[in-house]
Amino acid sequence: MNVRSSGSQPVRVEQDVVMARQVSRKLAQDCGMRLIDLTKLVTAVSELARNTMVYGGGGDMDWQILDDNGRTGLRLTFRDEGPGIPDIKLAMTDGWTSGGGLGLGLTGAKRLVDEFELDTAPGAGTRVTITRWT
Amino acid sequence: MAALGQHAVSKVKNAESQLVQEWIAALEASGGTRNVKGDELKADTREFLQLITSSLENGAGTAIGAAQWEDTRQFLERLSRNRAQMGQDSSQTANFIFALKGPFFALLQKEFASEPQLLAEQLLQASELFDALGLHTIRTYQASREAVIRRQQEELLELSTPVVKLWDGVLALPMIGTLDSQRTQVVMESLLQRIVDTGSEIAIIDITGVPTVDTLVAQHLLKTVTAIRLMGADCIISGVRPQIAQTIVHLGLDLQGVVTKANLADALALAMRRLGVTFTKAQ
Repeated sequence: MNVRSSGSQPVRVEQDVVMARQVSRKLAQDCGMRLIDLTKLVTAVSELARNTMVYGGGGDMDWQILDDNGRTGLRLTFRDEGPGIPDIKLAMTDGWTSGGGLGLGLTGAKRLVDEFELDTAPGAGTRVTITRWT
Repeated sequence: MAALGQHAVSKVKNAESQLVQEWIAALEASGGTRNVKGDELKADTREFLQLITSSLENGAGTAIGAAQWEDTRQFLERLSRNRAQMGQDSSQTANFIFALKGPFFALLQKEFASEPQLLAEQLLQASELFDALGLHTIRTYQASREAVIRRQQEELLELSTPVVKLWDGVLALPMIGTLDSQRTQVVMESLLQRIVDTGSEIAIIDITGVPTVDTLVAQHLLKTVTAIRLMGADCIISGVRPQIAQTIVHLGLDLQGVVTKANLADALALAMRRLGVTFTKAQ
């Protein structure tokens, strides 16, 4: 698996969530993603970037365009140095929220992408990595 | 302390065309001439050089707040505004001044080669002057840039979605852009108010212009639909495109109980049916 290109994007204020969406939309287009896959990915980015900003207290979005045996993929990592998630099982339950949302962001994002990885511990921040292949 | 000696000023005046030439070359080398027409640049550089030499001839010091610098200041302010509108950044604009330093210093060096002490003094004075002028362009640039941003913000506010009346009793709200901002709240409130004011029975929220419907957007929509219902009116959400529909399913959003349509025409047709209005083609 080759990394064709990579970069990073700050996610600190509300405006950054909009920027994260625009950047990932552009990257997905560059990967040649179909409109439906692109919309799904951008929606997942919107959820995760907002989580990073609201619950993680701000962080960054790293992106990588991957080549793997003829298929192209976009991998995005959202990382923050926030409080972390104490109960992953609970956090991955539909409809459960620690804030005032619908409680579908994290689980919904997982359903919208091909690969989903959650790496978190209380006090150690949160890293969510998602990948979507064309 | 007088700024540049009259001797130096007269030398500068004599070597004007050469200075302008070298200056433009330096500007081009630094890429500061992007978007600026050649003739315009030539006229700008010549005018600026004439302005500073005449100010210096009148005995102006390096304090550019002085009355003798009035014309130069005005020229720079006009230049900064123009450059800001052309989309040049502040460093490019300030570079207009700083690119003159090289040729100017070279000239002084040539003229005062035999008097090192005088040369050092003149160089210091010239440097102070250019720095002050450069800072002035940046300040003006910043101010005009802020004015541009303010104007755009005002225009955006004016652009913000109007509530339109489609038929007696039918209101439509065409949403455009990002829905997760505070703007949404304002727009939704104005829709609720218009429902009361017009006594409308059906409100159509069109999300064709919303590129991403995530959980926060959905939450906003659901809250608005609930509020509209509480007021005794009905709500239809239109503009649900195929990719948005699929995304909503995967997100696990529950929009059951909300009437949705693929486009605004279908929503209007449904609203008409509910109102009992029928259309026939004219014979």
